[in-house]
Amino acid sequence: MAQNQQFSTFFLDKFMFGVELEKVQEVIRYLEITEIPLAPRVVSGLMNLRGQIITGIDLRRRLELPDRPEEMHAMNVVIRSADGAVSLLVDEIGDVVEVNEDSFERPPETLQGKVREVILGVHKLDKQLMHVLNTEKICETAETVAAGVTP
Amino acid sequence: MDDLIKEFLVESIENLDRLDSELVKLESDPSSQELLGSIFRTIHTIKGSCGFLGFSKLEKVAHVGESLLSRLRDGKLKLSPEFTTALLAMVDAIRTMLGEIQSTEADGTETYPELIETLNKLMNEGAQEAPPKAAAETPSPKEHSKKRSGESPKETKEAKEIPTKSVTQAPVTPSEEQAPPARPAPPAPSAGAPEETTAAQQVQDSSRSREAAAETVRVDVRLLDRLMNLVGELVLTRNQITQFSARQSDANLVGPTQQLNLLTSELQEEVMKTRMQPISNVFDKFPRVVRDVATTRGKQVLIEMEGKETELDRSLLEAIKDPLTHIVRNSVDHGIELPDQRVARGKRPEGHLKLRACHEGGQVLVEITDDGAGIDTNRVKNKAIERGVITAQQAARMSEGELLNLVFLPGFSTAEKVTNLSGRGVGMDVVKTNIDRVNGTVDLQTNLGIGTTIKLKIPLTLAIVRAVIVQSNGKRFAIPQVNIQELVRLDADRVKKEIEAVHGVPVYRMRGRLLPLVYLSEELKLAKRTGSQAGEEDATNIVVLQANDHPFGLVVNEINDSEEIVVKPLSKQLRGLKVFAGATIMGDGRVALILDVVGLAQNASLLSEGRDRVLANENAEELANQERDRIEKQTFLLFAGPDDARMAMPLSAVARLEEFPAANVEKSGGEWVIQYRGKILPLLRLDVVLEERRTRQRHPKGPVAPDPLQVLVCNDEGRTIGIVVDRILDIVEDRAEVKLPAVREGIICSVVINDRVTELIDIPALQKIAEANRTLSIQPAEVID
Repeated sequence: MAQNQQFSTFFLDKFMFGVELEKVQEVIRYLEITEIPLAPRVVSGLMNLRGQIITGIDLRRRLELPDRPEEMHAMNVVIRSADGAVSLLVDEIGDVVEVNEDSFERPPETLQGKVREVILGVHKLDKQLMHVLNTEKICETAETVAAGVTP
Repeated sequence: MDDLIKEFLVESIENLDRLDSELVKLESDPSSQELLGSIFRTIHTIKGSCGFLGFSKLEKVAHVGESLLSRLRDGKLKLSPEFTTALLAMVDAIRTMLGEIQSTEADGTETYPELIETLNKLMNEGAQEAPPKAAAETPSPKEHSKKRSGESPKETKEAKEIPTKSVTQAPVTPSEEQAPPARPAPPAPSAGAPEETTAAQQVQDSSRSREAAAETVRVDVRLLDRLMNLVGELVLTRNQITQFSARQSDANLVGPTQQLNLLTSELQEEVMKTRMQPISNVFDKFPRVVRDVATTRGKQVLIEMEGKETELDRSLLEAIKDPLTHIVRNSVDHGIELPDQRVARGKRPEGHLKLRACHEGGQVLVEITDDGAGIDTNRVKNKAIERGVITAQQAARMSEGELLNLVFLPGFSTAEKVTNLSGRGVGMDVVKTNIDRVNGTVDLQTNLGIGTTIKLKIPLTLAIVRAVIVQSNGKRFAIPQVNIQELVRLDADRVKKEIEAVHGVPVYRMRGRLLPLVYLSEELKLAKRTGSQAGEEDATNIVVLQANDHPFGLVVNEINDSEEIVVKPLSKQLRGLKVFAGATIMGDGRVALILDVVGLAQNASLLSEGRDRVLANENAEELANQERDRIEKQTFLLFAGPDDARMAMPLSAVARLEEFPAANVEKSGGEWVIQYRGKILPLLRLDVVLEERRTRQRHPKGPVAPDPLQVLVCNDEGRTIGIVVDRILDIVEDRAEVKLPAVREGIICSVVINDRVTELIDIPALQKIAEANRTLSIQPAEVID
């Protein structure tokens, strides 16, 4: 019997994504964000989460999707990372889904580029595909991106 | 763990630390009864407690050490370096065992038979080698007098000083001397538990120590850390409340708020004080470190320490401990030469290492100076090229100081020989990262053959700082107050008049000196505020900042309040941004970024240190950086050329400055030469090779050189040449920013150094001219009259 796993899901530009539920600290609707000059594009800014300063990563930019329409307020999926909490900015929050390992599949070889390293694979749900994200990689690559952009 | 054991551990570990430094001190002052007494007592106490607590292995080691020490104390043995080494090894063994006890509550399985044997051997050997003293069982006059000196002032001295106590025990020892294992038993109760002794003087003694104990309490460090965090949060909340109450007029709120404000500040200050520790906690370990390194490398090193009482936050102390130890080791291992090398260089055989700590402008300055070999920048350069850290072209463009900074790059070590102590390629980069992490700076200065100085600047505390809040283009930033020199506000009409430009670079004339200006909005590429061009018609606010001794003005739109802020580090995704030191939460709950003044200056190319970061990152940025590199700070040698022309060359290109009597000049093939260090040094005369540019006639018979000749000895592509100049003016550090293309051959360009136009000479070009002159022989070289 294969293991069941729970994922917290959210949406970006109509696509469905999921991160392991235990990685998620909390989900917050909207937080005021302080932009960081000179920071890499994927870092959207800093937020005050009850006295704790957390970095927001614009997941649309990280996944090389088109930018969020201006009128749309981003939601925060706060995840625990090795370096403290990090907020992933997403369009819309979905449900928690429980999936079986059987429905998992690695990304096809035709998925190329930088995106490939952050997408572990997909779970084939009934209605659509849920992209499973590698949260560590998301935080990590943001770092190398930052180093490269440094003026 | 048993409270008794815990107490024993804390006390013993503390004592051992002291022991290290005392033993080293003893080596330089072997006759000090006070030191010997203190060392003896420490070991004795440990031994006594061990017996009591049942740590037999530890007791055994301490026992042998104690026996040896008692003989030293009684003057039966003479302290030699072997003794110290053995005793230090014993201290290490005890420390290991204590560590074992701490984790397992047992003193481990290791019994240290070799160490015990060494100590025993030393004790017996020493006894044979020094028969006059060992044989002094019937008190010799010397022994006698010592006994008396110990006894007679006993009554008065005993109360004040503990050392005498151990001296008075001396009379007991001679009789039992042949059976050392039996000896320590009698004093055990007295010294093992000094408070319990019945002797009147000692009661007095102990009541005194009890008094002292009553005033201090041992507190868990974690509790202090937690307190500090809580106070940090309290400060934030206080800020929020003060801001809110500032908009209220209700006296019932305003009064208590003010009170809250004051109390919080006071509380914060006091809590901060509880975390302050003297730097001696770290410094005191160094004599031992130095001794260890020096002995294994066969060097002689004197260590001198100053400002040990300087206090700083314990987390910072912890953070600088390793870097400092590394620097000290490095200095002894690589800096200070072997005694015979030193003598050959005309220095004293023993090297000198000086550690100095002091408070300076809200920061702690730690200076480590050695009088060793210094760092050879050429070797650094070659190593860097060899390791692929930089390319040869990059190296050629780098100034002395920049080359020096290469040692801070990861994987860099100039040590020819890799020793087990240092030089494994990890080193200075770790020092720099550690110091950077606490917002400190490392500065390296070296003088080849003379020595090296490393300066660390460390903030007093990390958590809470006073900062000025500024705004640019609607965005708020905090600037730590320690970096701020002053604030200047210019009205709109003064802006036009007083902000000038040097070749397009904006400057402000402040009290007669030009202050380079940096626009925050430009540096941070902030989006322009909608509407009018910000800063054009408005008044301009200049925050005068100091970055590594270089003042500059930061132009912002608005200067708001000064506030206490709690510094929170940036997440790792943002560590690459050197312009920010961290972030903080403001009174209104929003996040503001804290500017890093040094990073900002580097970003604005005001400082050159930013280079190594760029180098480490990417060679591809090379082209973009070329322009910047050229205007980075360099050290120049200023001199007067023909017709009082102000000229300069990079100091790094000058090997030596020499004076030669004009009579020594000889001619060889139409060229001026001079005999110099057994070689023939061709002289290049600026007055001959440089094209004239003034109208005035030269001396009819050609230029007359001053006597003695001032010569800059330079190495150019393996060839040594001497450049004859009129006068040496100065050595200055400058960015040489403003440039004009050269107006004559042999000159790279004209720059402004020290606010004056100066020509940078181009040695290869000058040589070419000289060569051309020679082959055409159109320029007869004049002999001096």
